[in-house]
Amino acid sequence: MSAHRPPHIPASEITPREIYMSRRSFMGTAAAGLLIGGAGGALAAPLTASPSAFKVDEPLTPKEAVTTYNNFYEFGVNKEDPSQNAGDFKPTPWSVKVEGMVGKPKEFGLEELMKIPLEDRTYRLRCVEGWSMVIPWIGFPLSALLDQVEPLGSAKYVAFETVVRPEEMPGQKGFFQPLPWPYIEGLRLDEARHPLTILAVGLYGETLPNQNGAPIRLVVPWKYGFKSIKSIVKISLVEQQPQTTWKNANAREYGFYSNVNPAVDHPRWSQATEQRIGEGGFFGAGRRPTLPFNGYAEQVASLYAGLDLKANY
Amino acid sequence: MAVLPTLPRRYHSASIWMLYVIGLCPAAWYFYLAATGGLGFNPVKEFEHLLGIWALRFIIATLAITPLRDLAGINWIRYRRALGLLAFYYVLMHFSVYALLDLRLDLGAVGGDIAKRPYITIGFACLLLLLPLALTSNNWSIRKLQQGWNKLHKLVYLIAAGGAFHYVLAVKSVTLVPFIHIALVVLLLAYRPLRRPVLNWRRGKPALRPAR
Repeated sequence: MSAHRPPHIPASEITPREIYMSRRSFMGTAAAGLLIGGAGGALAAPLTASPSAFKVDEPLTPKEAVTTYNNFYEFGVNKEDPSQNAGDFKPTPWSVKVEGMVGKPKEFGLEELMKIPLEDRTYRLRCVEGWSMVIPWIGFPLSALLDQVEPLGSAKYVAFETVVRPEEMPGQKGFFQPLPWPYIEGLRLDEARHPLTILAVGLYGETLPNQNGAPIRLVVPWKYGFKSIKSIVKISLVEQQPQTTWKNANAREYGFYSNVNPAVDHPRWSQATEQRIGEGGFFGAGRRPTLPFNGYAEQVASLYAGLDLKANY
Repeated sequence: MAVLPTLPRRYHSASIWMLYVIGLCPAAWYFYLAATGGLGFNPVKEFEHLLGIWALRFIIATLAITPLRDLAGINWIRYRRALGLLAFYYVLMHFSVYALLDLRLDLGAVGGDIAKRPYITIGFACLLLLLPLALTSNNWSIRKLQQGWNKLHKLVYLIAAGGAFHYVLAVKSVTLVPFIHIALVVLLLAYRPLRRPVLNWRRGKPALRPAR
């Protein structure tokens, strides 16, 4: 089953230049609006993006589910916590530092990142907990950003870091914090450069809601959801495998790779099937089989040729 | 040192039946919410987890009866059977929702989980251990089994420890809510070996009597 439709794009779908350019000027206005309205963190602004060939042919998960059923421990550990507790979070102004083994380290302002051509990417998302969604993201390939900083030959991995703001993120305050902060994730450089790997700035045609990782997050659709780190402030090109948060918390259960793999069970539950959120309701909630690499095997399996996926879970 | 007004004897039986009714309310309420879309976007898991947490709460309540009498002078022993049976009903519902609604009665998957996943093995063992306790929760069994009944029902300590452990293993990280439940189980279990010395001390007797 292929998720990648051959990139045959009819001319009618190619956005005419004037509209495409007007999107940019619109984006400028939208970004300015965001800056002026700085304090109003949760305001969603409409976003436009060009269609892409990366599209899953399955019903979308309802927007309400995508924005209220979240794992974002910085706002609390229950699924409804992020949408309820993220109201004070301020996603603007924002900047992302890109550093480490790069020729041109740089701190990118959000407005600058938004100028990279945005694409619609409808991906499956498979959580390590055994549920899944289909989400229409808006973003750009991570490689487009990496190209701008010119990674050195010695760089082997990319490390990502989430913002730490206990005053705006209640999950980072008080006793019994579930994880040490900042949240760290990482990819091999070739995984980071893969065309499926994007930095998302929106979903369902709007800027990202706070609970979904505003203003900018990673989306790696063939890996379990926790790899797709949210609210990124730092990206480092490094030589050693990054010390990622869940792996450090419990290496037996959460590996560095964490590729979606129905054949490798989580020590505490099976990964063979998944519950598609928003489907079937209470009585008809059937589980569906989980696909290798979350259905993206055709595109990404070659990255792992010769690698023992059972040992490198 | 009774701190509560005593309930007249004639209301005892009615109050026990009330406890059953009230005790089953959370399950009924959550079932209604789940069936009408009020439990979020993963209602089966949510319902399953809520039933499990309530089962543990009734186990905790069962274990609290003795220290409540020892330390606060409140004698609610007449409610203990109902609390224990409610715990059993919730464990049974918890397992049924998991097997029926979550795994769609895929017995292979249920068996595989029980065999391979330690927390499910423990949870299932607790359900099995609760069975003899539930079946002997009647006056006839108490008379028939005599001292054996007391011994048999000490299994609840093992079940409580297993239930708490099942909970620890089932969550991704132990946050405040799991911590409170587990701490209560630990405290109530830790009270048992301390009970004799505590009672002796309260009665003003030396904890250890020198042998003559």
